[in-house]
Amino acid sequence: MYHIKVSQFGRSISYFYLRLVFISPRFVQNSAGQFFSSGHTNNWAVLVCTSRFWFNYRHVANTLSVYRSVKRLGIPDSHIVLMLADDMACNHRNPKPATVFSHKNMELNVYGDDVEVDYRGYEVTVENFLRVLTGRLPPSTPRSKRLLSDDRSNILIYLTGHGGNGFLKFQDSEEISNVELADAFEQMWQKRRYNELLFIIDTCQGASMYERFYSPNIMALASSQVGEDSLSHQPDLAIGVHLMDRYTFYLLEFLEDIHPSSKTNMNDLFKVCPRSLCVSTPGHRTDLFLRNPESVLITDFFGSVRKVEITTEVLNLTHPIQRVEGSPVNGESHREVYSYVDQLPVSEIIHQKPKQKDWHPPDGFILGLWTLILLVFFKTYGIKHLKHIF
Amino acid sequence: MYFLASLSERRRGQLAALSIAAVVIVVGVPLWWRTTETYRAWLPFSQIKDLSKLQLHLSADVEVVFARGTLTPEQQKKLPLTQTQDEEHAVDEADLSLHMLSESPCGSSVVYVIPEVSSLLPENVKVYIGQRRTAILRINAEMRAGKTVEQLLAVLKPQIKQVLQVMSFSHTDITAALSDRVRFNPGSKESMTHSMRAFTSSPGYEITFSLLNPDPRSHRLHWDIEGAVQTYIQPFLTKLSPLANFSIDSQMLHYAMLGVNPRYNNDRGAFILHADSLAHVINPVEARLGSNAASSNPVLNFLLYVPDAQHSPLYIQDHKKMDVPSNAFHSPRWGGIMVYNVKNLYGPEAEFPVNININMAEVMGVFLTQLRLLVGMESSPPPPGFLVAPCGSVGLADWELDRLMWSRSVENIATATTTITSLAQLLDQIGNIVINDNIAQQVSSAVTSVQLAVAELEAGNLGFALQYSKETILASEKAFFDPSLLHLLYFPDDQKFAIYIPLFLPMCVPILLSLLKMASEARRRYREKQAKKD
Repeated sequence: MYHIKVSQFGRSISYFYLRLVFISPRFVQNSAGQFFSSGHTNNWAVLVCTSRFWFNYRHVANTLSVYRSVKRLGIPDSHIVLMLADDMACNHRNPKPATVFSHKNMELNVYGDDVEVDYRGYEVTVENFLRVLTGRLPPSTPRSKRLLSDDRSNILIYLTGHGGNGFLKFQDSEEISNVELADAFEQMWQKRRYNELLFIIDTCQGASMYERFYSPNIMALASSQVGEDSLSHQPDLAIGVHLMDRYTFYLLEFLEDIHPSSKTNMNDLFKVCPRSLCVSTPGHRTDLFLRNPESVLITDFFGSVRKVEITTEVLNLTHPIQRVEGSPVNGESHREVYSYVDQLPVSEIIHQKPKQKDWHPPDGFILGLWTLILLVFFKTYGIKHLKHIF
Repeated sequence: MYFLASLSERRRGQLAALSIAAVVIVVGVPLWWRTTETYRAWLPFSQIKDLSKLQLHLSADVEVVFARGTLTPEQQKKLPLTQTQDEEHAVDEADLSLHMLSESPCGSSVVYVIPEVSSLLPENVKVYIGQRRTAILRINAEMRAGKTVEQLLAVLKPQIKQVLQVMSFSHTDITAALSDRVRFNPGSKESMTHSMRAFTSSPGYEITFSLLNPDPRSHRLHWDIEGAVQTYIQPFLTKLSPLANFSIDSQMLHYAMLGVNPRYNNDRGAFILHADSLAHVINPVEARLGSNAASSNPVLNFLLYVPDAQHSPLYIQDHKKMDVPSNAFHSPRWGGIMVYNVKNLYGPEAEFPVNININMAEVMGVFLTQLRLLVGMESSPPPPGFLVAPCGSVGLADWELDRLMWSRSVENIATATTTITSLAQLLDQIGNIVINDNIAQQVSSAVTSVQLAVAELEAGNLGFALQYSKETILASEKAFFDPSLLHLLYFPDDQKFAIYIPLFLPMCVPILLSLLKMASEARRRYREKQAKKD
């Protein structure tokens, strides 16, 4: 054979101007193969209860009942970020400790026995919530506290608590505005952290929270319109507080009928709490969502139906297994010595040089300036009754 | 009260008011501005804007070698001779020895052209793709008659292009890899499932092998997982090490059920698990699997399920009600499950619990196939007339690795440019985010790495391109997800006014009033002076 170098055939493919413009997809809708029509491979849920104190028992019960439904329909704990701002089950005022009920006469304990709360008590802050959504967590955050979604994840976000026109109150001391929430979703979209997002909010004037969304593929539901209050459902006389909010109560009833292989779609979810039952008017927003709500299954967000493929071809491995060299020599085993990372590097802290901080004007600067100006002003214009001060 | 101040006193008062106003304006306002601005380090915004108009140029080197008998003597005279060698081999040995002749670097390929009379390839096979980076192409007699070498090459070009589309990259592959930037319209359901199946590019992956034993009372299972991983999986992962780091662990779970009840089929005498119910198998099991809490790398789970004695043997049926020979299925971006029947290994009189040694070669064959699919290997059949060599003991052919590296580099570059451009856009839009120096440095290094990676792709150095693309991904992700970039505290304008007015208004009102008084007095005096003059 002649070994001839003929030419260095360069083959090139050029791609033109890929801009960041989002080109709307037209997925091949194949009704027989429903598996791949939604385009997602995993499901996540972020469930947040933002209010503390015993009389806000119903908000914790709301969140826990959604958590329960979501787990029952298949989303595992590793894919749920549950944030509860206060502990109702082990609250001193709870006459039935370790339980959180959602129906009066203590019919349904939504606390269960395998609840995994990821953010609890004072960890539920606006900052942590935004960090979870955008993914900007410190590197030491464990896996269970992170939202590790990718571009093929469908995320369900449920918020409940006290809200107003354009804000939601966190922990009785801070609030998150609808603009911040919309920006957070936009950052999620820029980083492709979701495929589709379902946003449900059960607060007073909840519809104001989804007014400002501008990222694609978001569907939003709220329990009440701007100017309306979301009302609570029923008190339990033994426990002494209202157990659930109306919207979530009827949502829970609706979800109890859903099982992992049901084909109910979003249009049924929009009808969940009509005005006659809920007193407030639930609202929804689908203009940012690409698919038709009729073709969106409830289990696309609330459940976790995995796509599955049969493995058809198999590699034929014929060579035998090598024996792993693990036998100890002379009875001694060669072990690596492990040690814990120094949790609190005291020596480093003690011998640290003081940090170079940015220069700030001295405290009370404004006050001092104000006093000076007042002094000079009054001195100049000579108000008689202040003369005894100077 | 009415103050009759003397002229000098009035003069002193005016001077005081003027100096206070001067201090406030010259010193106070800039001081307030400096102390309330957010620190924003410089970012290369212009370069980032150029990145958003990304133009990728991929070139793969191909060497075409003509075997004896393909060229006519006239054509041969035109070409310089370097070496002659005369050997007769079977096609796979030929492939190996050809590989020995010229070790091609990654990213390039060699195509050997042989005459049609050669018996190297079987009858209806036109192209043979070997385990390394070589391919053998058969040429027709009428194609090479009466042409110069250049014309011959031109005729061969479409065939060589087809070979390269299988071995290196094709248009659909690259578009799929760029799906982060451009939501591509999948030509077929096949390509869409392929794009959804493989994991996104990540610097590391965790692989977990789990043995599920729902019936420890009947079966005592032994599996040599360490040896099996060392023999079968580790070489594959070592070969893939340019792409990502892999960490492996294994576990055994007892009393772990499948969560779906299989139905007993009388004619088969076995339990059947239908394809429709497979989707519900994974979720109940996943809760018990656990994962490494310290890392946020994607996890691939491979489960080996040995059915309990009451439900043995268990077979999986596909949609056509046929048995699946591998008895295994996999889920995109999650992992795979294999059902291993042990009923035939012991009789009814055996003493429970029965010791069972699992045949790891069979199990690892299935898992390795699933691992290949999940990592991103092409599963569609090659074009007609092509014969692809089996991938050998490692489980990965060199050109398959090249394919992965091409699509991975392109994907990394696309993701990194999206990240950088969206970060720049975000920082531009939201004015009150602090940009620290380390973030600016990460962004700059990410930008330079992207430019280097694009240059290397154009030159055809695949190894370097992949390395740069990995660096740029790391830097851009680190910059984007830095915890300090939090745009807290959105202040609507009315809140800003509400904060500043109580501070500055009481201070400014006396100053303004005194200035106004001075101005009106000056005007009055000027008018008096004018009146006096007239």
